[in-house]
Amino acid sequence: MATVPLDQGLLLAAILFALGLVGVLVRRNLLFMLMSLEVMLNAAGVAFIVAGARWASPDGQIMFILVLTLAAAEVSVGLALILLMHRRIPTLDADAGDGLRG
Amino acid sequence: MQHVLWLVPTLPLLGSIVLMLGTGRLSHRAEALIGVLSVGLAAVIVFAIAGAFLLDPPAGAAYQQALWRWFAVGHFSFGLALRVDPLSLLMMLITSGVGFLIHLFSTEFMEGEDGYGRFFAYLNLFVAAMLLLVMADNFLALYAGWEGVGLCSYLLIGFWWRDPANGLAARKAFIVTRVGDTAFLIGLLLIASRLGTLNIAGAMRDAAHTWHVGSPAATLIAFLLLGGAVGKSAQLPLQTWLPDAMAGPTPVSALIHAATMVTAGVYLIARTHVLFLLAPAAEITVGIVGAATLLLAGFSALAQNDIKRILAYSTMSQIGYMFLALGVGAWRAAMFHFMTHAFFKALLFLSAGTVTMRLHHEQDIYRMGGLARRLPAAFWSFLIGSAALAALPLITSGFYSKEAILSGAWADGNGGRVLWLAGVIGAFVTGIYIFRAVFIAFFGEEHTHVSGSYGWRVIVPLLVLSVLSLVGGFIELPSAFGHVTLLSRLLAPVLPPTREVTDITPLLLASAASILGIALAAVLYWRPSRPPAETPLWRFWHGAAGFDLLYDRLLVRPVIWAARVDRDDFIDSFYDGIAWATQALHRAIRRTQTGRVRLYAASLAIGSVGLIAIAVLR
Repeated sequence: MATVPLDQGLLLAAILFALGLVGVLVRRNLLFMLMSLEVMLNAAGVAFIVAGARWASPDGQIMFILVLTLAAAEVSVGLALILLMHRRIPTLDADAGDGLRG
Repeated sequence: MQHVLWLVPTLPLLGSIVLMLGTGRLSHRAEALIGVLSVGLAAVIVFAIAGAFLLDPPAGAAYQQALWRWFAVGHFSFGLALRVDPLSLLMMLITSGVGFLIHLFSTEFMEGEDGYGRFFAYLNLFVAAMLLLVMADNFLALYAGWEGVGLCSYLLIGFWWRDPANGLAARKAFIVTRVGDTAFLIGLLLIASRLGTLNIAGAMRDAAHTWHVGSPAATLIAFLLLGGAVGKSAQLPLQTWLPDAMAGPTPVSALIHAATMVTAGVYLIARTHVLFLLAPAAEITVGIVGAATLLLAGFSALAQNDIKRILAYSTMSQIGYMFLALGVGAWRAAMFHFMTHAFFKALLFLSAGTVTMRLHHEQDIYRMGGLARRLPAAFWSFLIGSAALAALPLITSGFYSKEAILSGAWADGNGGRVLWLAGVIGAFVTGIYIFRAVFIAFFGEEHTHVSGSYGWRVIVPLLVLSVLSLVGGFIELPSAFGHVTLLSRLLAPVLPPTREVTDITPLLLASAASILGIALAAVLYWRPSRPPAETPLWRFWHGAAGFDLLYDRLLVRPVIWAARVDRDDFIDSFYDGIAWATQALHRAIRRTQTGRVRLYAASLAIGSVGLIAIAVLR
């Protein structure tokens, strides 16, 4: 079975991670920020899978399942928060919710 | 009997603690019961001790009970022990007995006041502290009682704390007596360092062996102790707090003036009389201070219209007599006068309290008038108290005790005659000022409506104290009348004898002075009179010879001025600087708190990258 070379796999993960980070920092829409966060999480997942394949270890896949669970939990909490915030401030703009400004 | 000594101060203390903890949880009835019973039981025990003491005098003429070792430092070891000799016994009898009567009176007087339980808690603590003071076997425990008395006077003078003036009076009493306390403490430390012991009896024994008469060390210590006594007993020059202490409820004044606190100074000097015998200069100063105070207070009392202030000045004056007696070596006469004074001064304050209670707290004698018909019980007790205070010859206790003092002064020879003259003039003035109050307040026409009524809890203390004010003096009669010396014989193991006087001249002269004073008051004030005009002389004596003004200009204002000037000194700047730096830092850091999630995420990312870079590249 042909394996993906380690360096190419890690490069893919890094690009995905960077894209996600840029998304979080650049987008102001909360839903898009949440999606970008998912991208970042999946980038970490890709890195685990590639590393697991490289050393033929099941740990990588186990970690990926953990990341998946984490992402699901995070999304549910995140969506609930967005919903609540939307009721208070009828917008999805993240910069509008600066009520805790010092 | 000596195994129950510890109960005497403990019972009132326990009562006080229970009342403090039970504030708001106990009914008025329970509070009054605890307050009165704790002191009443202590009084019963004291009387039992006294009975046992008189029937079967213990060896060394003192009961002693060691309680526990308080603390030990180096070769100093302080045991908390109680010691009851005849002098302590007399003080205990008065403190607990008269204290009990005052408590009983207060249960009715304070009816319906806020802080009923708090009042009895303080009152009990007061009695407990005074009992500790007179029963202490070493100076340290005595000092603890001494300060406890000071604390309680502060709490009780400021009892009606909602009026800031009362708080001010309480603070004044505390601070002024504190000046004396400091001198007293220095004196105690000198005793400890020079004699190596703070046990009273031991220190007195050692002092007599170590120092010769007139030695500088004994003189210095005696003067320092005198400073403490002068502060507590409101004598010149620390007398200014006593008239203001009238801000407290009337039973408190009765307690402070008759049974506790102001007599502590007299007790202290009598207790350490050995030191004063070693220091003739200090002893004669005691006499001079007493004579000066009794005259100053007597004249000041003449210029007061407030019935309580008249009584306050009369206390200063009577304590002055006791100091005079101590100064001329008439130790037993001083304690005799202390006893009779406790009776008639408590009686005067309680009957004055009865009057003000029925007149809606009216204290101006010119607004009373005609009370003899309306308040017969108060009138008769006030009259008896006044007669005893003015030393009406033959039938009152005050006559015999004042007589003992004056004949002691007469017999002292050099200088004593001058003090004697001051005492006689004082007796004359006393007759005027107290009967001025009697005639103005109780005769003539009514000016204020009398309301309410009083029950047995007021009548019984008045009755008991009236009887004691009349017959209390018969336990010690001068040689001219029967020569009874019960008190002298009781005090013989503790205090040296007073010089005998067989000459009857001083006695006749002093009696004449008292009667003349009363007669003059009758002539001047029998007819209804108006309040005196505010002449400069009247104002001078109304303000007690301007001591308050003097201290205000000399001490209070400079201190306040210095405090204001010194507001921004080095130490204050340092702490201000700390506050300023903290605020500046706060202002800088709060800028980073923008409330924008994306900025936080960015700083998180940059921070992580930075940390990882440091970890990898290093």
